Amino acid sequence: MNPDLLALWITLRLALVSTLILLLLGVPLAWWLARTRSPVKTLVETMVALPLVLPPTVLGFYLLIALAPRGVIGGPWQALGGNGLAFTFAGLVIGSVIYSLPFVVQPLQNAFTAIGSAPIEVAATLRAGPFDRFFSIVLPMARSGLVTAATLGFAHTVGEFGVVLMIGGNIPGETQVLSIAIYDHVESMEYANAHLLSAGILCFSFLLLFVIYRMNAR
Amino acid sequence: MPGNRCARQSRMMETDIKFHFRLGRGDFRLDAEQAIPGTGVTALFGRSGSGKTTLLRCIAGLERVEEGLFSVGGECWQDTRAGRFIAPHKRALGFVFQDGRLFPHLRVRANLLYGHRRTPRDQRRVLLADIVDLLGLAPLMDRYPDTLSGGEKQRVTMGRALMNSPRLLLMDEPMAGLDRERKGEIMPYLENLRTRFSIPILYVSHDINEIIRIADWLVIMENGRTPDAGPLDRMLSRIDLDIAGHEDAGAMLSVEVIKHDDTFHLTEVRFAGGQLLIPRAARQIGDRLRLRVHARDVSLTLDSPSRTSILNVITAVVTDVAEQSPSRVLVRIEAGGVPLLARITRKSCHDLDLRAGLAVYAQIKSVALGE
Repeated sequence: MNPDLLALWITLRLALVSTLILLLLGVPLAWWLARTRSPVKTLVETMVALPLVLPPTVLGFYLLIALAPRGVIGGPWQALGGNGLAFTFAGLVIGSVIYSLPFVVQPLQNAFTAIGSAPIEVAATLRAGPFDRFFSIVLPMARSGLVTAATLGFAHTVGEFGVVLMIGGNIPGETQVLSIAIYDHVESMEYANAHLLSAGILCFSFLLLFVIYRMNAR
Repeated sequence: MPGNRCARQSRMMETDIKFHFRLGRGDFRLDAEQAIPGTGVTALFGRSGSGKTTLLRCIAGLERVEEGLFSVGGECWQDTRAGRFIAPHKRALGFVFQDGRLFPHLRVRANLLYGHRRTPRDQRRVLLADIVDLLGLAPLMDRYPDTLSGGEKQRVTMGRALMNSPRLLLMDEPMAGLDRERKGEIMPYLENLRTRFSIPILYVSHDINEIIRIADWLVIMENGRTPDAGPLDRMLSRIDLDIAGHEDAGAMLSVEVIKHDDTFHLTEVRFAGGQLLIPRAARQIGDRLRLRVHARDVSLTLDSPSRTSILNVITAVVTDVAEQSPSRVLVRIEAGGVPLLARITRKSCHDLDLRAGLAVYAQIKSVALGE
């Protein structure tokens, strides 16, 4: 297969898998952050926000160490029978999830906070139990927050470069994503190919955001 | 069973609603205890900040309390000493919040059915068609809440609470956010609701006129406490309570229509203390209605007034006199055992030498239909 198409496929797969995991983790985490009065809240918020300010290389460097066969993530992973994580697709997913977490958690947390406790209390007086309330009231009311979170998580994963380079390397068919492929093309002076991929990502990102803003404006 | 106070109390009066809640929030302390009838409308009356809303929230199980005891019709929902707490979503109640709080993502129909769908089939006692009809919701069913007017929203909110087949309906100033016109639009629905369903209603308000129109029982709320409660007519004629100082203070008479006078467009009504003429009321002979007699519209004379423009003069006995200001006093009188209030000047009181036991003629300048 054309290596560029392969990179596109890996990028989309990575973004989809990461977004799914991000939502599964981000929704409960954001809900907890929006409702809790626990003193650890600030600590957790800070940790979630760190990828926003850290250079991707710093994050990637520590991830590389953590994913190593004897690292805090790689060790248990291998003990459970997994293969190595560094320079694999699974490693990329872990890196992307951590890197994009604030982009998912923050819009969700804002959406949940904006709902407040009033509609949830009303639902409680109308015989809805805690889970029922969450799925029938909270999630539908946070719809635009959910869409924003999923989009940002997806788009941010598509566009990530530094972390991927640090922990994924550049293995075509395994860990070579679009942003890296572009970098490779530029390095090899293949500007036409770089243009093609860059313009593709630019259009895709623009369209995605435009659609989301349109949806949320309604 | 030791500590099971709910059970012990419920044996005394199966149909009553009993509560006792204690909690503290900063400077505010709630310590409210009362028993109220298990039928009709009970008004919870007090200034803002007196704890009315907090008390309703306690009853719904929405507040964390230090001590809580609540039973409705012999069924215990909460007794902290016995470790009993029924979660809010397992309490069969309807809560009409002050600001409506319709679910914005659901159409009116889905809002109405939200609680109904979660009510076990064998406990459903209210039909959607009845509610739609009672509250005039038919044209609104497919609309979203943000397209409704304030009055429409409140009607849907009431309907949604009723569709929950509640054992008790809690209404937290449902008309507070509405202007006079909208209130007038809602009131008839509220009165219908009271007569059509036998659901006890606990109605929070700081508007005495609203209370007079719909309540049967009155609980006074002051600084987180419920020091006084009783039948509305008795409570309204108490001159020692805060409401007596209200501009609209006065008594409520329950009367029976006995005759219509078409010549002068009047209706004659009767109560234990005598007969009254009121402006022609669109009621049948034999109908009962509530009349509101404001203290400011009652004057007292020692001799039978003759040749007066005032149609209604009844004989009464003074039971109590209370000074309200350096210039005004409130006199409580009884006519045939029915209490009335008269607000007169302190000078008149002094000149007539009004005191308990004195027989007087009460001139009633006007009455207002209470419902």
